[in-house]
Amino acid sequence: MFKGDFISNLPKIYGTYTGGFIVFIILMAIAEQAGVSAKNIGVMFVAFTVLIYALIGYLSRTIQVDAYYVAGRQVPTVFNGMATAADWMSGASFVALAGGVYYGGYTYMAFLVGWTGGYVLVATLMAPYLRKFGCYTVPDFIGTRYGGNLVRACSVFVLFIASFTYVTAQINATGTIASRALGIPFEAGVWVGLISILICSMLGGMRAVTWTQVAQYIVLIVAYLIPVFWISSKVGGGVFPHLMLGDEVARLGELEQQFGLVKNSAADMKAAGVPGGLKYISGTHSGVPEGGMAVWKYLSLAICMMVGTASLPHILMRYFTTPSVRAARKSVAWSLFFIFLLYSSAPMLATLSKLALMDPNLPTGIIGKSISEVQSIEWVQRWSEVKQVFIADFNGDGILQLNEWFMRGDVVVLATPEVAGLPFVISGLVFAGGMAAAMSTADGLVLAISNALSHDIYYKIIDPKADTRKRLLVARVLLVLIGAAGAYIASFRLTSILGSVAWAFDFAMSGLFFPLVLGVWWKRATREGAIAGIITGILSGLFYLLWVYPKFSVPLFGGVNEPFLGIDHLRFGLIGAPICLVTMVVVSLMTKEPSPTTQKMVDDLRIPTGKPILGKQ
Amino acid sequence: MSNKDAYWNKTKNHMIVTLVLWAFFSLVIFMFGSELNTMSFLGYPLAYYMTAQGSLLAFVIILFWTANKQEKIDEEHGFSEREDD
Repeated sequence: MFKGDFISNLPKIYGTYTGGFIVFIILMAIAEQAGVSAKNIGVMFVAFTVLIYALIGYLSRTIQVDAYYVAGRQVPTVFNGMATAADWMSGASFVALAGGVYYGGYTYMAFLVGWTGGYVLVATLMAPYLRKFGCYTVPDFIGTRYGGNLVRACSVFVLFIASFTYVTAQINATGTIASRALGIPFEAGVWVGLISILICSMLGGMRAVTWTQVAQYIVLIVAYLIPVFWISSKVGGGVFPHLMLGDEVARLGELEQQFGLVKNSAADMKAAGVPGGLKYISGTHSGVPEGGMAVWKYLSLAICMMVGTASLPHILMRYFTTPSVRAARKSVAWSLFFIFLLYSSAPMLATLSKLALMDPNLPTGIIGKSISEVQSIEWVQRWSEVKQVFIADFNGDGILQLNEWFMRGDVVVLATPEVAGLPFVISGLVFAGGMAAAMSTADGLVLAISNALSHDIYYKIIDPKADTRKRLLVARVLLVLIGAAGAYIASFRLTSILGSVAWAFDFAMSGLFFPLVLGVWWKRATREGAIAGIITGILSGLFYLLWVYPKFSVPLFGGVNEPFLGIDHLRFGLIGAPICLVTMVVVSLMTKEPSPTTQKMVDDLRIPTGKPILGKQ
Repeated sequence: MSNKDAYWNKTKNHMIVTLVLWAFFSLVIFMFGSELNTMSFLGYPLAYYMTAQGSLLAFVIILFWTANKQEKIDEEHGFSEREDD
């Protein structure tokens, strides 16, 4: 069924798959009624979905270079949109986004605008032209457009730093979810996660990753939307929460007034023994903070995330797989549509979850009740045991105040179904969705790194005479090695040192954004300019990160440095990218203009028709 | 001016229009967040609505619009690809 007519049968195949998944959910619901334990339902959800992905990965195995690197360039527009959406939405998006909105309110939602607005840049500045170029990887474009091994190697270096920062966080997330769902230790969970990731990508490369990502998108979106709609109608938010939560948002404002937003002192929290990583509500839900600095913080974060999005290789390479240039453009639009479905639901989930806990008129409300009563609630006990929620009675009145309730951000997604009294089958579904989100992103990232190393470093620089068999063998060996390195680092739980996924965006933005954009839009950009731009951009960004992030600056510079113009460690791309731009323009103008052949190449890539610059169609 | 240059000029102008729209929904409106929040839309404070949903939706619409418009430019200049997707 995966031969010949496969592409034209796609809607039927994935339609059947979606139907099968829904039947599976119903079967699990029946099993729950029949008395199967919550733990076993969680295991079955994760095991069943991962087996399906593995099967797709096996069926998509290939021995052709074109299929391995760019899925044979025949992925239809809408399906590529779904695959990109799964590639894009990580375990962190799935599990932590709603929690971020829950605690951060308006200020945090700069991430939502940043992680969606970047696709406008992808569609207008990059995707169609890179598709026309016909490259296999992002460094392949830079290496051919500017010419030479040095510029190629520099772009591989940036790709490696940006993607590797990101991939350890993803493997960490698969490990966390696998360990919770299967009831195994975290370290074992990481390796189970890695094996699942490799099964999906190793035999079929990009082709296998594409078709598993489509399957993973379907699971993750079903797993996100069902609880949101169900909870909304259950707590009286209306059947279509996205359009109907205006009153609830206003009600949260009233409740914030009524309970008061109090800031706890660090000393109080330490004395009470609040576990690390748990937060409490201290900011408004929908209020906009006043002042120029607050506006700048919002805008600067949005800019970094948008520009970073348009420079991340694992996203850009998804648009190499479409059949035509115009399909690449449309596919970006579809990608954002599928991402929008989840991102616009996260603030709704945060609102509903907050209201369920805060509103004393709802049966689920806990704030303002007596602490002993709250501690006897079943879900509070369960999540307290694993140190995900915590109560500290600071004022000693025995009543739970808003600033006395601590919770980890992830709990918003993982526990709200339980809080609102939904059956456990929904929690099992959420586990499967989180696993799908983390696996799909990890797959895309590991493939982006190993493809760049095998194609750009091994084939283009080390051994250009290698035959197909050897190239694909090297690609697969590197895939396993990169995955294992990521899992090894993740198993040490170094994430607090490795920092935030936002860093990946800043790295990519510092070293890749302008070389890519100017490569298409400015014929005068030269090889020397690109090399100087990439190196100064990535190094200045990296240096600024080391200088501004306290965990690095204390040992390296002997103290905490005040961020320059409010540019903190989440925004260091704002240092790297402008330096990259200025250096690249100045050095380009100082060196000899690119050869007529290169200029002709740029002319050709700007036009959708005609032969691609590299390789065969 | 050759057909190719005319095509590229139009494409460039179209790119600039798209990026102006993009900057409006991603940056300009959030410069006035606290003023916008005094207004309401669907019962939500406006700035909250835009960051939670409105701008995201605007980006989706911009992307479909911009892809269709670019296809028209391709056609006008005879650079339209064959029907294959």
